[in-house]
Amino acid sequence: MRPLPRAGLLAAAAVVVAGVALGVGAFTFVYARGYSYLGHDAKACDNCHVMNEQYAGWMRGSHRSAAQCADCHMPSNPVGKYAVKAWDGFWHSYYFTAGTYPDNIRISKLGERVVEGQCRACHGQIVQNIAAHAGREGDISCIRCHWTVGHL
Amino acid sequence: MSRPAATLAARARERGAISRWALLLALGIVVAAGTTALLVTIVEHKQEARNPFFRVVDLSDTTEDPAVWGKNFPFQYDAYLRTTEMRPTRFGGSEAVARVPTTTDPRTVVARSKLDADPRLKIMWAGYAFAADYRERRGHAYMLEDQMFTGRQQASHQPGTCLHCHTSAYVPYLRAGNGDLMKGFERLNPLPYDSARRWFDHPVACIDCHDPRTMQLRVTRPAFIEGIRALKASQGITDYDVNTMATRQEMRSFVCGQCHVEYYFRGSEKRLVYPWGRGLSVDSELAFEDADLKVDWTHALTGAPVLKAQHPEFEMWSQGVHARAGVACADCHMPYMREGAQKISDHWVRSPLLDINRACQTCHRYPEDELKARVETIQLRTAALRSDAMDALVGLVGDLATAVREGRSDAQLATARALQRRAQFLLDYVDAENSTGFHAPQEAARILGESMNLSRQGQIAVRDPAFRPEGLPAGAAQAVATMRAQTH
Repeated sequence: MRPLPRAGLLAAAAVVVAGVALGVGAFTFVYARGYSYLGHDAKACDNCHVMNEQYAGWMRGSHRSAAQCADCHMPSNPVGKYAVKAWDGFWHSYYFTAGTYPDNIRISKLGERVVEGQCRACHGQIVQNIAAHAGREGDISCIRCHWTVGHL
Repeated sequence: MSRPAATLAARARERGAISRWALLLALGIVVAAGTTALLVTIVEHKQEARNPFFRVVDLSDTTEDPAVWGKNFPFQYDAYLRTTEMRPTRFGGSEAVARVPTTTDPRTVVARSKLDADPRLKIMWAGYAFAADYRERRGHAYMLEDQMFTGRQQASHQPGTCLHCHTSAYVPYLRAGNGDLMKGFERLNPLPYDSARRWFDHPVACIDCHDPRTMQLRVTRPAFIEGIRALKASQGITDYDVNTMATRQEMRSFVCGQCHVEYYFRGSEKRLVYPWGRGLSVDSELAFEDADLKVDWTHALTGAPVLKAQHPEFEMWSQGVHARAGVACADCHMPYMREGAQKISDHWVRSPLLDINRACQTCHRYPEDELKARVETIQLRTAALRSDAMDALVGLVGDLATAVREGRSDAQLATARALQRRAQFLLDYVDAENSTGFHAPQEAARILGESMNLSRQGQIAVRDPAFRPEGLPAGAAQAVATMRAQTH
């Protein structure tokens, strides 16, 4: 039997390793319920325990029957929604894996903008008279006063 | 194409293929390794979320050693051990200063001397052991050693009562009282410090606050059990039993209030008394001790029968907005933290300023710097007022001392001495309190303002014996005369 050329050996190894990587990746995706992040169910946000308190607070909050996590924390339009999901999702995974996050987490600037927009997406008609009085500092913040409506 | 040229081209193609496949292989290895590492951390995090609790030892009502409890509760125990760490804040915390050990004091590290920082304290405490040695506090881990070796032990004879709070006292009291906590307390109080010391083994331990079977919070210090009963009786609640009648949230402050309070020793039996029979405010406590004609010592420069106020954190907190809002000591000094997915109380009891995220930001959603600045503003203002009140008191002590040297009669000085007793207690109350005003900012300012007013009126009273001061309870001057007659 003619010995395999070196390029052929390497190709075989690369294919096997790529297969392993794909297989482990697929397993990890299923094991970590990666598919759940594509959907809309609030349970997905509590897959890892960082959000236990927010999830529990939402269950007791006034919006639990009206809105899932994504209804306030993601823009309504599909492009914005998946862009924010990808961006936030990456950083959440990064900090959770690295373990470098404080016990009391605080919303990011981007996150705050999204939430404020989503308040108005539903309640815009009711609050337009209030929003009309916004001063030079810009929009009036809903959650500055109503910070318990989403999760306690 | 000639043969050699074809061979060369084939070799070049093969080399190109080798490097491409090698690159792909390396990439595949990196991706596979990274994905596996990610998978492992996900598995670990899922394990954490299972909230494990393993009971590996049985705990009983005589298990004193916290290391044994630590086998069942390793996270809490680890944090508890960290009270050895010395980290200062702007006003307090736990600051380490190196020292050369001596025969009477083998410590190599102590906290900063408050007497060196403000020598006026020596004038306030002239003739009392506190003028010999008084330092910033350190963590719970040092409570016993810092009491054993303070210079106050050499300057005076301390009774066994002191150990009520500077040790894990529950098991020793049960042992000394043959199973009766109160009897053990009464037996060890009057002993000299060194003989009583032999009964005790640890600084504060798990059993001082927790029921070993249920882990529920439990009050074990006799003086608190009696003090809170007297307080509740003054509010019309009879036979109050703290361990059955307090709410869970109240207990999260009461276990700390077992020791972080104003107190005094009553009579020759040296019984530890928390002066709460008329209420928890500074005025109620002073009125209670006045009614008992309590004198801690006679001031060496003025002859006034005076009192030492002691770390009234529990009482000061009770006057503040956090107490009113239902926030307990443990909410800020032992805030919830995560160990994996477990939510536990941080047993590294310390200044909230060293852990603002957990301690403050649970409720106050503002940046850390902003919150820290708010606290320090309160503390800086309190410190400035305290310094003014100290100047006023030192002024009064100076005037009174001159009058004593000039041979003025006790009757002529009674009013001024009564004012010194009261002004000094109020100032000391804020000075000894651990929060530099934060626990109840407005109350601390009111107390210091009152103290200043009394000191300055005392200076007038020295000059004019006919002067009738405001803010001095009726009979206070007469009481001072009685106290002086008692102690001489």
